[in-house]
Amino acid sequence: MDYVFQFGVVWREIDALLLGGWLTLRLSALAMVFGLVVGVAGALAKASRHQTLRALARAYVEAIRNTPFLVQVLLVYLGLPSIGIRLKPDQAALLAMVINLGAYTTEIVRAGIKAVPPGQIQAGTALGLSRWQLFRFVVCLPALRAVFPALGSQFILVMLASSVVSVISAEELTAVADTIVARNFRSFEVYLIVTGLYLAMCLAFQAAFAAIHRALFARWSG
Amino acid sequence: MVREFTAHELWFLVLAVRWTIALSAIAFVAGGACGLVVALSRVSRSGVLAGMATAYIKVVQGTPLLMQLYLVYFGSTLLRLGSDAWTAAALGLALYASAFLGEIWRGCIQAVPRAQWEAARALGLGYPSQLRFIILPQASRIALPPTVGFLVQLVKGTSLASIIGFTELTRAAAVVNNATFRPLMVYTAVAGLYFILCWPLSLLSEHLERRLERAGASPVSFQI
Repeated sequence: MDYVFQFGVVWREIDALLLGGWLTLRLSALAMVFGLVVGVAGALAKASRHQTLRALARAYVEAIRNTPFLVQVLLVYLGLPSIGIRLKPDQAALLAMVINLGAYTTEIVRAGIKAVPPGQIQAGTALGLSRWQLFRFVVCLPALRAVFPALGSQFILVMLASSVVSVISAEELTAVADTIVARNFRSFEVYLIVTGLYLAMCLAFQAAFAAIHRALFARWSG
Repeated sequence: MVREFTAHELWFLVLAVRWTIALSAIAFVAGGACGLVVALSRVSRSGVLAGMATAYIKVVQGTPLLMQLYLVYFGSTLLRLGSDAWTAAALGLALYASAFLGEIWRGCIQAVPRAQWEAARALGLGYPSQLRFIILPQASRIALPPTVGFLVQLVKGTSLASIIGFTELTRAAAVVNNATFRPLMVYTAVAGLYFILCWPLSLLSEHLERRLERAGASPVSFQI
């Protein structure tokens, strides 16, 4: 191999790459917040008494989980303008991420609700709580505790998957890397460093989520 | 000249599905073979081997698949192995599959009760025979549902090969879209084709998992 690695030219761009990392974090965090809202709505729809609502929620979850995220991104960015919805790359990326995440969090939240012992729900019903009160006071916290680890890894998966939205030039780490590669042609060096950045963010979040989990739920034993 | 999106264009997309299937199959077979090595290293008594396998899994699971494909693609150019998108896509997806399957199968091997290992040793079987006749047959029964489930992830993952220039279903969609300018129709059709590939696998995985539960085994669940 007579290739000479040149990491020097890449280190000069480290500021831009770190900014890209920050954009990826912001995009993933926004997607996570909205995706969780969609997920809670989806889980409630799946547990609903209305058959149509249940069927709709199931169709949404199955459709999203059985098609590639990349196709969803392209469908939102390139397809939606045909029906008059024109989005900027960043907005399209966020929308596609929220739609994608909503399906996965629906299943996670549903598993969390199922993890609440039925006896507690029966006790709540016996106390005359309304459906909303039941959700708010009986189901919500234990369910959150049960799903916290799954939500944490889902967040990390979203962060990693978000590199795909670089194909529509949304602002995030991989897109920043693409721009740098187009300027200095050091593709291998740039992507190697970017891969390292993703890995660092992933490990940092794993550690952070573990610490938050301990801090939040340590006082509940069992 | 703008072409219409007709049955002819749809047929072009349907034909591209074979490349998606071929790439998934190659990545699954090659990734499965390496995945078994990763899983066995992970449960081995050698600390160094187990540590290396753990690090490998952590790195692959902690970085985007797109970056892995880029590194294999541009890396193979540097090594003068040619810049063939086929090889790079197959190699990159096989690496990805080996880490995930390795981690899934590790869980399944460890789910086999310890007493089975001890009994196998008491029968005088050597380590390879313990694995071959006692442990792996039991582990594979538990491994089937999550392995089929991972296959769905792999099929979806092959769509990223389009970004490094391998012509499978998603890239064929771009080709058709550039000729017809009917993105909504084209990508909806493509999503439908992926769905037809993936949904039966998802249903099969769920079915196998329920059957395993009914048989009394506690299924090993995985976050993918």
